[in-house]
Amino acid sequence: MDIMYKLMLTTLFMSVLSVTLHAGVWNNPHNSQEVAKETLFAAFTTPPKRLDPVISYNANEWAIIGQIYEPPLQYNYLKRPYVLEPLTLTKMPEITYLDKEGKSVGENDPAVVFSEYRLLLRSDIKYQNHPAFVKDEKGNLLYGNLSAEGLEKIHNLKDFKKSATRTLTALDYAYAIKRMAVRDNHSPILDAMSEYIIGLKVFSENISKIAREKKEKREALDLQAYTIEGVKVLDTYTLSIKIHGKYPQFLFWLSMNFFAPVPWEADLFYQQEGLISKNLTLNWFPVGTGAYYLAENDPSREMVLRANLNFHEEVYPDLTEEERKGANIAKEMLEDAGKKLPFVKEVIYSLEKESIPLWNKFLQGYYDASGISSEAFDQAVQISSTGTMGLSGELKEKNIVLKGAVQPSIFYMAFNMEDPVVGGYSVSAKKLRQAISIAQNEEEYISIFMNERGIAAQGPIPPGIFGYEEGEKGTDTVVYDWKNGKRVRKSLEVAKKLLAEAGYPNGISSKTGKQLKLHYDATATGPDDRALMDWRREQFAKLGIQLVIRSTDYNRFQHKVRKAKVQLFSWGWDADYPDPENFLFLLYGGNAVVNTQGAGINSSNYQNPKFDALFDEIKTMQNTPERKEKIEEMLKIAREDAPWVWGFHPKSLTLSQQWFKNVLPNAMANNTLKYKRIDAKLRVEKQKAWNQPLILPLILLFLFILVSGYLLHKIYQNRQRSVIRKED
Amino acid sequence: MFAYILKRILYAVPILIGVNLITFMLFFMVNSPDDMARAQLGAKQVTPQMIEAWKVDKGYDKPLFLNEKAEGLQQITDTLFVQESLKLFSFDFGYSDANRNIGAEIKTRMGPSLAIALPTFMIALITNISLALLMVLFRGSVLDTSMMIVAVMIMSISGLFYIIAGQVLFSKMWHWVPISGYLSGWEGVKFIILPVLIGVFAGIGSGVRWYRSIFLEQINQDYVRTARAKGLSELKVLFGHVLRNGMLPILTGVVVVIPTLFMGSLIMESFFGIPGLGSYTIDAINAQDFGIVKAMVFLGSVLYIVGLILTDISYTLFDPRVKL
Repeated sequence: MDIMYKLMLTTLFMSVLSVTLHAGVWNNPHNSQEVAKETLFAAFTTPPKRLDPVISYNANEWAIIGQIYEPPLQYNYLKRPYVLEPLTLTKMPEITYLDKEGKSVGENDPAVVFSEYRLLLRSDIKYQNHPAFVKDEKGNLLYGNLSAEGLEKIHNLKDFKKSATRTLTALDYAYAIKRMAVRDNHSPILDAMSEYIIGLKVFSENISKIAREKKEKREALDLQAYTIEGVKVLDTYTLSIKIHGKYPQFLFWLSMNFFAPVPWEADLFYQQEGLISKNLTLNWFPVGTGAYYLAENDPSREMVLRANLNFHEEVYPDLTEEERKGANIAKEMLEDAGKKLPFVKEVIYSLEKESIPLWNKFLQGYYDASGISSEAFDQAVQISSTGTMGLSGELKEKNIVLKGAVQPSIFYMAFNMEDPVVGGYSVSAKKLRQAISIAQNEEEYISIFMNERGIAAQGPIPPGIFGYEEGEKGTDTVVYDWKNGKRVRKSLEVAKKLLAEAGYPNGISSKTGKQLKLHYDATATGPDDRALMDWRREQFAKLGIQLVIRSTDYNRFQHKVRKAKVQLFSWGWDADYPDPENFLFLLYGGNAVVNTQGAGINSSNYQNPKFDALFDEIKTMQNTPERKEKIEEMLKIAREDAPWVWGFHPKSLTLSQQWFKNVLPNAMANNTLKYKRIDAKLRVEKQKAWNQPLILPLILLFLFILVSGYLLHKIYQNRQRSVIRKED
Repeated sequence: MFAYILKRILYAVPILIGVNLITFMLFFMVNSPDDMARAQLGAKQVTPQMIEAWKVDKGYDKPLFLNEKAEGLQQITDTLFVQESLKLFSFDFGYSDANRNIGAEIKTRMGPSLAIALPTFMIALITNISLALLMVLFRGSVLDTSMMIVAVMIMSISGLFYIIAGQVLFSKMWHWVPISGYLSGWEGVKFIILPVLIGVFAGIGSGVRWYRSIFLEQINQDYVRTARAKGLSELKVLFGHVLRNGMLPILTGVVVVIPTLFMGSLIMESFFGIPGLGSYTIDAINAQDFGIVKAMVFLGSVLYIVGLILTDISYTLFDPRVKL
């Protein structure tokens, strides 16, 4: 008894002692030294597949490479509506309009056949340090032709003893466009750009053949020796890109990673088979001029960006008072104006596939920012009776900051205009679609399924994009009435009247006497989707229409849409760039899937000659009142034809810790990390305060084990004794 | 024994071909090469030329099982199935659809998978056997019955519940360990404590019941009565005789599992952010990356077969009556 008692006391004493001595934070998933530095801790939920600038076309990939590569242009971080500005250029590209003889003509001259974009680069921009740039005494690349022996010790870029840099030149931008042209590089915009950049199509065909031959012979392909007709390097810092006709949106493309520079040294370096077999490729280890470089890349766990020591001079932007008020920017967002970028010296991205650990780590202060998953929404956000969103008590106590912005995206329900029942352009077909549009209560959908994170769409163009109108002027009068300064969805009676006029009184066909049955294709295959599908059925049932849900996997769904073998379906679109053309082309007849062997983006197959003619006009216009007028006309036509139930524009909500500064949602810019700032001292303080370990359960656990052990020992002894007694 | 092992290895070849055949059939029944191309190239701006080029580049332009355009034997050999299977049998896993060397990736990810799976396996084995012996020691008592009820309760609850509850309790509420994450080396110990504990706890129910039944079978044997008659204490009987004789059926279930530990745990790795082979497989299935899926299925089958052979060999070590 004495021994057990002493043992218990000793253990208890030791546990309390060790806990007291180690009174720090136990659950910190990060290195405590990093926490005290200007390091940003963020999470990614899907590992990036590609970090090659000519291939990447995903937001999670852009979040990384946007900080590393620098295309010629960028979006101003603060200005709204979104404004392009030079990034690696000394000024915005000079655009010259040319006739078929190559003579300069005015912008609005009907003789315009080509446009030439002249890009004048800054001469002070240098690449990150990288082994690809190291040259030997003779001027050859030191690591350009690694032997098997040399490769033995190489497992990571850190294993190269030397690294170097060089100045960015126009050749690097031309080289990137040539890489885009190689078909086996699988650039998603090659075919789109081939329509514009002169000579790109022919160049692509030729260079793709050469690339395959070289691959078969296991030879490296150096693109320096080849030229594209429309892409000319005029001098070290001047690049000229000539495109067909007028295409004002080309400037937006110049702000995307596809047009970021690729140094030929890096391309050749990474073509070495020995490096490819060790997964050391350009696709995985980018080489850029941006504010950060990728120091560690393990997308299965962690990706680390560090400040590029060679980063060029760039300062935090400023706004005039008028601009600030116009863009609704808080004054504190301008506190760092004029200061050199970047502020954060290191960014550690950790993979968090599940939302629960991610959310809890954010609440513990171990992530500096977070989105809000649907599971965590009720815990994070409170919606007042007036519909205003605010933070819940726990988050308010932690001084967490909530910021939201409507995304330049749309989620819609489309009618297949080729379908004999819901499609077509007859008055009755239009009325049927209009009736369904009114019956689909998008406000209810947003409330139930989106936690109020969205606004009902009035057309294809989302807020923040030229052509979007607020208030009465921007209201879809087919679906809504404007009453007392508010949009009010038309009553169900109006919808029923339209349905009757379409030949389906109370949902019964006047011709057949049978109930109208429609088919809705969806990818809703999980149990969680049941409520959503039930809601969808209910919207149609209100009109007496029977909705049959055809759920398939996404592959089959896409296949059906591409073959136009659908009747009703839902889909969405995220803006590539902030121009109405990028949304209106979703309804352009030339892009209909039935006209493009399934490749078009007009999946509802809407084709209205008037709409198409107006689209042809507006797509090359500058943002003038005339353009706006034409867009309004297009919206009117589309609303009347109702090829889509307009659905909603989602609203993104982001939460940031009190020590995370200069956070401003910007749906267009990908290179925003350089503007952010961290108050590391405050972070350490708060993390410590929020994460003190609870010792009592640990002590109780020890006691439980000891007591249980003791009791079992006693029971066993008693049993043994009783056996002996019995035997006696 | 050598002849036996050789025979088993040769038997494995048709099994692996069969597994491969089923993998190919199932995968391509759900995903066409066009779908795979779309998944890799993204939903926007994809043209038929791009899809075609991707298929040619990755070899998915070839027919699956029969090449009607070829002649003679090439009708069979110049197909996706044969080309890819041959590579697998030479353990050349090739490149994933995202152009990553799968072999190199597997090597890197085996470590994290083992870091969780091995301690979980070892601790679970010791814990389960100890608890089972304890139950057998107190068989028929209230303690035995209570432990059986608890064991059934533990095995009736989903493993996912233990993961979430463990994260909430030990990390969110008590702040003892990080919720998720991974580091190699000693620094990483704090990350593996929770998944290992949860893994052990979640498996206690079924493990303890199984080992208990094995030991109960032994406890009524004649040799146990003889041992008791010699005057040995109950503990000595259990550890010295029952445990040793119960090792054979335990080995059957345990040795076969050892090689598959490399494959990791699908859910555990996902929830705890462990960059192992389990999460690698899940990601590949979601991304429709056939290169990885076929490699992982093949590797899993090979490891299972290795496990079975090892089990047979271990019989000879523990039971001299067994000869291969």
